[in-house]
Amino acid sequence: MLYSILCYESEAARAARSQQEDDALMSRLAVVQQRLAAQGRLGPVARLMPTTAATTVMAGTRPVVLDGPFAETKEQLFGFYVVDCATLEEAIEVARELAREKPAGALEIRPIARFSPMSAT
Amino acid sequence: MTDLAWINTALTSSRAQVLGALLRYFRNLDTAEDAFQEACLRALKSWPLNGPPRDPAAWLIFVARNFAVDELRRRKKQEPLPPEDLVADSDDDTQAALAERLDASHYRDDILRLLFICCHPDLPVTQQIALALRIVSGLTVKEIARAFLVTESAMEQRITRAKSRIAAAEVAFDAPGAVERAARLAAVAAMIYLLFNEGYSASGGTVHVRVQLCEEAIRLARMLLRLFPAETEIMGLTALLLLQHARAAARLDAENNIVLLEDQDRRLWNRELIAEGSALVEKALRHQHPGPYQVQAAIAAVHAQAAAPADTDWAEIDRLYEILEALQPSPVVTLNRAVAIAKLRGPAQALSMIEPLAARLGGYFHFFGLKGALLMQLGRADEARAAFDHAIALADTAAEAAHIRLHLDRLVQDSAPRDGMRAS
Repeated sequence: MLYSILCYESEAARAARSQQEDDALMSRLAVVQQRLAAQGRLGPVARLMPTTAATTVMAGTRPVVLDGPFAETKEQLFGFYVVDCATLEEAIEVARELAREKPAGALEIRPIARFSPMSAT
Repeated sequence: MTDLAWINTALTSSRAQVLGALLRYFRNLDTAEDAFQEACLRALKSWPLNGPPRDPAAWLIFVARNFAVDELRRRKKQEPLPPEDLVADSDDDTQAALAERLDASHYRDDILRLLFICCHPDLPVTQQIALALRIVSGLTVKEIARAFLVTESAMEQRITRAKSRIAAAEVAFDAPGAVERAARLAAVAAMIYLLFNEGYSASGGTVHVRVQLCEEAIRLARMLLRLFPAETEIMGLTALLLLQHARAAARLDAENNIVLLEDQDRRLWNRELIAEGSALVEKALRHQHPGPYQVQAAIAAVHAQAAAPADTDWAEIDRLYEILEALQPSPVVTLNRAVAIAKLRGPAQALSMIEPLAARLGGYFHFFGLKGALLMQLGRADEARAAFDHAIALADTAAEAAHIRLHLDRLVQDSAPRDGMRAS
């Protein structure tokens, strides 16, 4: 079974860390990742940019585009895509296509800060 | 992460929200600061024992508010007591219930107000920044004094004076209307920009202190953008700071000399900050409602995207400066545009563009720096030397002066024309 593991933290707390502290945190996490990777059990790993860089596309036949993250708490995360786009406009177009097929909810576009595409075997 | 490190991060990241809410309740900065201080002390005692609260900010507001209400009762001060509902006994209040009750719509105006009171127009810029660092960021007076290269007691005095000035000023505590909110946002954005520049321009303090100021400015900009996610100029401001800070490691050499943009080792640029800054610029510009921060950020993004100086899209930079000139006419903007013109159409064109600025930029270091560099490229060595001498006399920092001396040395050593002088 493949599992996804989603990382949560207070964004204000993350922003309060200095670059140095953040680098230290990332290298501690890298140790865990390397162990999993050596066992061939690690799939793609992504670090997302802060929600300030997010754009949200509301589901529906005529999708509305909003600045900022998807802020509702009643909806839950059901899945994600990683797409390669030259511009934000292109990413919004992809999200619009998906949004038109969805009866409700939203698609939040978050640029990826770091990506490791390794695939689990 | 250790308990203590986690708690410190939680206290720092909650500070603006908690102080902002306390200021709304008690309408007095000293009361709010004392109460926050007390709540932090209690957090340091309680959290390691009982585990961290689910919502640290709500916990701190609750504890601080109760403390301040008790204090006010105890002192029986002359000042009016806070509204009845705050004084009402709240022993049964659970923290979770309080978190529910926290009025989310107040949250962003609370923080904006807290930042805004530091931007009082009567306060000189340095005092605005010092005050923001003390109140909003929670830096100690000692840390701030170090950043501004003054003694601790001098800084203490400055901050006390600035505080009594804002205490006397009228700040509206009602939720602001749209126009008032926009005005506050603009003033706060300007203050954050100045704070960043204080760290960015090598005017004093150690590298470590300066980096701390830049990182704090970025933290505040991101915080503001989280509160106002659709404000394109706040996107632009945040992007601008990220893109400039991305070059921090390459801007000064081992001897603390300024390294010009085109001489910087681009491998030292922080790619992650550049990516985030560029993403924000793109997001802002798609609204087609450009403002000065967005355009400056777009210019920084063009520089950041060039793998080597020769790859710089100077035509795009010229076009962006043209927009900036229209948005915010200023001789300094024209001066910067002249750098792009020098690249596109040669030094003679650029020189004729900046010569009319002499009267208005007669006291500006970079004017004479650029003028000297253009004259040098044109082989007019004597005039170049005169311009560089002028620049040295106007230099604010040792690094600026040292940089110009480097040009002078080159002028003496060889007469070979060399490329530009520009703010790095």
